[in-house]
Amino acid sequence: MKENQIKGWLYLLPALLFLGFFLVYPLIDVFVYSFEEGYNFASQTYNGVGLYNFSYVLHDPYFLQAVQNTFLMVIITVPISTGLALLIALGLSSITPLRKLYQTIYFLPYVTNTLAVGLVFMILFKKTAYSDGLVNLLINWFGGKSVDFIDGPYWAKMFVMCFYVIWVVLPFKILLLTSALASVNQSYYNAARVDGTSESRIFWRITLPMISPTVFYLIITGFIGAFKQYSDAVALFGTDLNAAGMNTIVGYVYDMLYGNSGGYPSYASAAAILLFVIVLTITVINLLFSRKHTHY
Amino acid sequence: MGGREKQRIKGIMKIVLQNLTKKFPGPGKRGEDVVAVRDFNYEFPDGKLVGLLGPSGCGKSTTLFMICGLEKPTEGKIFFGQDNVTALAPEDRGVGVVFQNYALYPHLTVEQNILFPLQNLKGAQKLSKQEMQRRAEEAAHLVQIEKLMQRRPSELSGGQQQRVAIARAIVKMPRVLLLDEPLSNLDARLRLQTREEIRRIQRETGITTVFVTHDQEEAMSISDEIVVMKEGVVQQTGKPQQVYDSPVNLFVAKFLGTPPINVFEGKISGGMLWIGEDAVLPAKAPDGEVYVGIRPEGFIPDENGALRCEFRSLEVMGRDVSVVSAHPQAMSASIRSIVASDSAVQPENGVVRFSLKPKKVLLFDKKTEERVLF
Repeated sequence: MKENQIKGWLYLLPALLFLGFFLVYPLIDVFVYSFEEGYNFASQTYNGVGLYNFSYVLHDPYFLQAVQNTFLMVIITVPISTGLALLIALGLSSITPLRKLYQTIYFLPYVTNTLAVGLVFMILFKKTAYSDGLVNLLINWFGGKSVDFIDGPYWAKMFVMCFYVIWVVLPFKILLLTSALASVNQSYYNAARVDGTSESRIFWRITLPMISPTVFYLIITGFIGAFKQYSDAVALFGTDLNAAGMNTIVGYVYDMLYGNSGGYPSYASAAAILLFVIVLTITVINLLFSRKHTHY
Repeated sequence: MGGREKQRIKGIMKIVLQNLTKKFPGPGKRGEDVVAVRDFNYEFPDGKLVGLLGPSGCGKSTTLFMICGLEKPTEGKIFFGQDNVTALAPEDRGVGVVFQNYALYPHLTVEQNILFPLQNLKGAQKLSKQEMQRRAEEAAHLVQIEKLMQRRPSELSGGQQQRVAIARAIVKMPRVLLLDEPLSNLDARLRLQTREEIRRIQRETGITTVFVTHDQEEAMSISDEIVVMKEGVVQQTGKPQQVYDSPVNLFVAKFLGTPPINVFEGKISGGMLWIGEDAVLPAKAPDGEVYVGIRPEGFIPDENGALRCEFRSLEVMGRDVSVVSAHPQAMSASIRSIVASDSAVQPENGVVRFSLKPKKVLLFDKKTEERVLF
């Protein structure tokens, strides 16, 4: 038994070493950085330990803007994308002809590069000297006024951002929900039909509870993913997100490290720790909620 | 008048199947239709328990699903009493169904599962909360699961789940109760107990009940009548004993009875039935080759018996003894006969001799495999 345990640890050693070097050590490092005041990257010196970094970050208007943007995006995109994915998955599983084709089409965004998709969105939404973009063309056609979605008002930019995020995360959710729906035993539906259960009751009382583990999984990972949003904002608004007013928390961390105003690993670390605390809190709440509402 | 009493009156409901046929589209674009059920004609007597019996793939479950409305027949009609229900949706037929895997909703408690069908009722049928509760308790009482009402299905044994499924099926007081392989998910002991339970519940409620099984013992033991099917075609219907005693063809004879019937190749010639060299019984049928089926209980060990078999072994089972022997004309490797434990089986030079009970010997035409009377 003892020997087996040693063997087991030995087998785990390579993985543990890797994780230690590349995951645990940096995490601890970030934690340490976040408390070192006035840390200088070049000379590797600092002049004190305390909470100043956190205080600075929390008073930085750019950070507050990033937090607001991130929270708005999370609150808008997670419920809408999950709900939409569920609707589409339900639709997909209730049709038989061309189902495979539709499944493929819905899955395409997942395998498409973020930046390439960003380009397409630019064509759709961006105002240039030559054109107002396809969406504005449609708005004009219905008698509306052109809106600058990329450089215009905040709500327009947020709309494009959320639209984009939802579109990008949808395929994976559809995929998981479709397979979850397919794994619900047909005899539950047969039993419900024999008992004359209405469609809506079948959905709320049978289908949804049956796939609730998958739904909760998607909500939790959706929250985490949305909080860590960055590349999609870059794809739409370019690298100077602060100027566009569309920065995210991760974007702020990046800017603090490498951006034009960068070179402040302590501020970046403090921001990263704050993000970690936010995500942890939300995830714990999510888990507690889901445990209460899934029964098997 | 109690609810149970009302139920009994409502339960008077025969089911009539007329030329019922179900075809499924075959595989591929030009695949030929697969006929699952062919021209099924039968009247399920009201208030009785009928077993639909046959090997897997014989169309018995399809028939059950057509009766409950989950499958639409390709041709033919279904009547409940005088009502033609062929075109009705399942919920309008007044059927209760127990599915093979029970299909209990795992996220609901036993009580919620039983209440579920009642909560679906709308309009004039809608019940008050108290009435629903009362009916659920009554159904739970009938299948004796009152103490499990707050559990979830995953916390129940297979037999308990089965009871919950039955309670859920009868809580709406259906005119017809349908059970799809009700015992197949239970272990041997529980199976015995549960089949008696199903019998009792059926008797108490008086609901016309159809159950599907591939286990002939199960069907024979609790059914008022059985319907034997093969490849979508009804072979024979009738009381279990009657079907067992006089099967119409070799398939039915082989399908019913444990241990199964022993089949020999034989012939009729000169007013005698011959198995190999032995003239075993007088037979009035016209001369020709036949299959001879002999039930295990049809053998009598007899020093002067006409049928000589090669002795293999004795299996003592307490009440009786199973004699295993072999015969060159037998279709199977061994012949199994069951004799009383006090009868003397004395093989001489490895040969055991039997005389036969004529009633337990069945003859079948060699070509058509239809029964030949003698």
